[in-house]
Amino acid sequence: MRALLALLRKELYHIRRDRRTLAVLVLMPIVQVILFGFAISTDVKNVRIAIVDPAPDSETQALRHRFASTGGTFQVTAVVPRTSHLESLFQRGTAQAAVVFEPGFATRLGQGLPAPLLVIVDATEPNTGSAIQNYVLAVVSAYERERGASSPLRIVPAVQMRFNPTRESKHLFVPGLMAFVLTIISALMTAISLTREKETGTIEALLVSPLHPWQIVVGKVVPYLGVGFVSVIAVVVEARLIFDVPVRGSVWLLLAEGLLFILVSLSIGILISARTSSQRVAMMAALVGTMLPTMLLSGFMFPLDSMPRPLQLVAQVVPARWFVEIARSIMLKGVGLEFLWQETLVLAAMALVLLTMSARSFHARLE
Amino acid sequence: MSVDLAIQATDLTRSFGTFTAVDRITFDVRVGEVFGFLGANGAGKTTAIRMLTGLLAPTGGVATVAGHDVATGAEAIKNSIGYMSQRFSLYEDLTVIENIRLYGGIYNLSSGEIRARADAMLARLGLAHAATTQVRSIPLGWRQKLAFSVALLHAPRIVFLDEPTSGVDPITRRQFWELIYETAAAGTTVLVTTHYMDEAEYCGRVSIMVDGRIGAMGTPAELKDEFDVHSIDEVFVRLARPGGYAPAPPGAQA
Amino acid sequence: MRRILALARAEVLHVTRDRATLAQIFIVPIMQLLVLSNAATFEVRDTAAYVVDQDRSATSRGLVERFAASGHFRVIERAGSPARANQALLGGEATVVLTIPADFEALLVRTGAAPLQIVVNAEKGSAAGIVQSYAARILSAYAVEIAPELRPHSIGGAGARARSAPRVDVHVRHWYNPTLNYKHYMVPGILVSLVTMIATLLSAQNIAREKELGTLEQLNVTPITRGQFITAKLLPFWGLAMMDFAIGLTVGWLFFDIPIRGSLPLLFAVAAVYLTAVLAIGLWISTLVDTQQQAMFVTFFVMMIYLLMSGLFTPVDSMPPWVQVVSEFTPVRHFVAISRAILVKGAGLAEIARPLAILAGYAAVMWLLAIRQYSKRSA
Repeated sequence: MRALLALLRKELYHIRRDRRTLAVLVLMPIVQVILFGFAISTDVKNVRIAIVDPAPDSETQALRHRFASTGGTFQVTAVVPRTSHLESLFQRGTAQAAVVFEPGFATRLGQGLPAPLLVIVDATEPNTGSAIQNYVLAVVSAYERERGASSPLRIVPAVQMRFNPTRESKHLFVPGLMAFVLTIISALMTAISLTREKETGTIEALLVSPLHPWQIVVGKVVPYLGVGFVSVIAVVVEARLIFDVPVRGSVWLLLAEGLLFILVSLSIGILISARTSSQRVAMMAALVGTMLPTMLLSGFMFPLDSMPRPLQLVAQVVPARWFVEIARSIMLKGVGLEFLWQETLVLAAMALVLLTMSARSFHARLE
Repeated sequence: MSVDLAIQATDLTRSFGTFTAVDRITFDVRVGEVFGFLGANGAGKTTAIRMLTGLLAPTGGVATVAGHDVATGAEAIKNSIGYMSQRFSLYEDLTVIENIRLYGGIYNLSSGEIRARADAMLARLGLAHAATTQVRSIPLGWRQKLAFSVALLHAPRIVFLDEPTSGVDPITRRQFWELIYETAAAGTTVLVTTHYMDEAEYCGRVSIMVDGRIGAMGTPAELKDEFDVHSIDEVFVRLARPGGYAPAPPGAQA
Repeated sequence: MRRILALARAEVLHVTRDRATLAQIFIVPIMQLLVLSNAATFEVRDTAAYVVDQDRSATSRGLVERFAASGHFRVIERAGSPARANQALLGGEATVVLTIPADFEALLVRTGAAPLQIVVNAEKGSAAGIVQSYAARILSAYAVEIAPELRPHSIGGAGARARSAPRVDVHVRHWYNPTLNYKHYMVPGILVSLVTMIATLLSAQNIAREKELGTLEQLNVTPITRGQFITAKLLPFWGLAMMDFAIGLTVGWLFFDIPIRGSLPLLFAVAAVYLTAVLAIGLWISTLVDTQQQAMFVTFFVMMIYLLMSGLFTPVDSMPPWVQVVSEFTPVRHFVAISRAILVKGAGLAEIARPLAILAGYAAVMWLLAIRQYSKRSA
């Protein structure tokens, strides 16, 4: 026991003395929360729109004026006489949408004939394209209504956004960010830390000591568990203070599930380090095996429902996917274990399997 | 008559915070000399060498190597020196010949020159059969031979050898010293560190560093006279013991 | 020159002898590209909808039918109860609950307008907005469709309609991505992020590794200049990264049909400049740290920031102004924009001149910075 404590102390020294890594570990969650909170948004606003008006008249001016005075929705960045000018504008990004009039707009309207209007939308990013389309159509409809048009029938939806009334993307990213931070600390750091000892040979001294291999592993791993835990708390607190992200359910449950997830990630880290002695390889393996799936297949950034079936199946074995769902449910829906026991069981099972695998594998490789 | 000096140091000092690793050493090495830079582990030898090779900046004093000041002309020095470091510093995942080709290229030797010199060196040191083996797989003694070859490959005017013989077998030690004599005879200045005191006898002059200072300097004969002992080993022991002299234990003398 | 080549050749040997790293440079990114391109999409389909239909009229049933047939929704229950609906939302079985009031059809016939309630599980933020707009579109299309049936007198004849009010005949064109295929947007971006990650990680741990192993000392004792050293370190990885990019592009084209509307040589020329910049960043980081571990961590941290701000996953236009300004100073953002402009929009040199100039400036500055930062002598 004393030997284990000595190991723990040594590991803490390592962590404390490596200023740069420590700085990254501390800064990373903070910076990421800020970035995600402020930067990651899919709101479409200030759409850059170009107008093609070969023969301006009172009506085209009126409609153009509407686009120019929408407040934050549109900004008219160019007015050109011909469509041929548009290509370059779109390619440069100066315009994301364009409204093309034809000569005789006002005349046709006055005669009660439909006046054609071409709307061009940059659909490179499909959702943005759809949103822009909707905005443009909304402006046109408002213009029509003002001129006296009325629709014969209206179904009026009253929309309620549950669990996230302001549709804050921030509220949705915090659980994912927790998974991300934990994965980095638990999987990546342990993998590198253990292979580092192998690469520099310092592990041999540990091995010839009376220490049992499992003690070495535990001694290595527990400090990172501590660091990870602190990081998670930091993320939640920060998100709460700066962005008002709630924790509607039980905080203890959240932390307990966090601990479970850390265990799973740690085992993966150990597994990776058991298979290689090169830090470079360990790091890449951890990145591919844990980071990327956590980012992309956990439902953190991209909704799982949108993915093709095969990928959804693969996502089921990504631990982060379960943790993100659990964390989201606790934080946003405020549900408890009675709704989450299945997901928790999956995580627990993963932890058990991975821990056994890594313990066995580490043992074998060291001899 | 003034003698050409390859290396000259005056009060050369290096401190790391409050710890002074090299404490105002003054010495010189003549062109073509084989100079033994002796001292125990941690006495400051490697730090001194790193300053002389331009790898570390001095914190005090001056030194000149191959006519250039180590503080201001570090890069110019590197054109004229060769270096074999204490810790093996060549690439383990390259073969013997690839390491040689790399450094040959860095020193701007033509491929013909590289091949010729490599063949000669490897043959001389008995390493030719391992030319295409990755360094990772060859034993320590052979690695030392390789590092030695690389240090001398470009025929530098001055060569610094930091503990070239540690960890090698007696035959290889012999071969190294034969090569050292040869290069010195051809006009190369050799500064070699070692903690094998018997090798001191092979040197023209030696200095012995103790705790960052030069405790004694001179030819082996002069030193043995001065301390009234029969071997440089004894000189060293005398110097290193705190409180100065200690009587030799009975029956210890050879 | 011979010096640079000699050192560069040694670097290539290092990499080719390290099978694990080779796999990580070539095989792994390709696999990732294949998997991730399928995963990365914000498209919303098959949203599970639970309907509480308290009207049970032909009209309400027709509406539900439109939802089911839209392709965007999967109606899991057509005649449910409010209590179960709530359970479904909480438990996650349904993302949308549609509640049609009992007098829906009657109100429509009598007054021309009727309400209904839509509750969306907005846990997933952005998807909720999209779901809402899909629903809104279905509703308005349905309204137009049943208007003649339910309120024929309000319409009048075709002639009356034509004379009564101004109508703008709107045609919408979706440029560059008419099929609204998310992959065309994501694949170039993912390719860029993968190649960037690999390039910077490799170059960052390079010098740090030599420091750790002690081989740097032997190089420092030679007359090689800092400029020659950094260039020799940059060159081989630059070549590898370009190859990676080319292979990735081919995979994207073969498997995902990404458009290649602009000039490929232009794209590769830009890639050459960009990769120089990011490799130089990696090398610069490498000169600042002592161990590989630090190198990897710092690089990862920096790259994460770049990637998040680059417009890869979420559009730069949606970011607050101050973030957009900061992202102007990140090379990734510009390369992503240029790649998309060339590949998807067919842009030429004139259109990308500005971001390209920024990239070139970046490359030059970082190269010089790495050289300056590298010291052959410890202080």
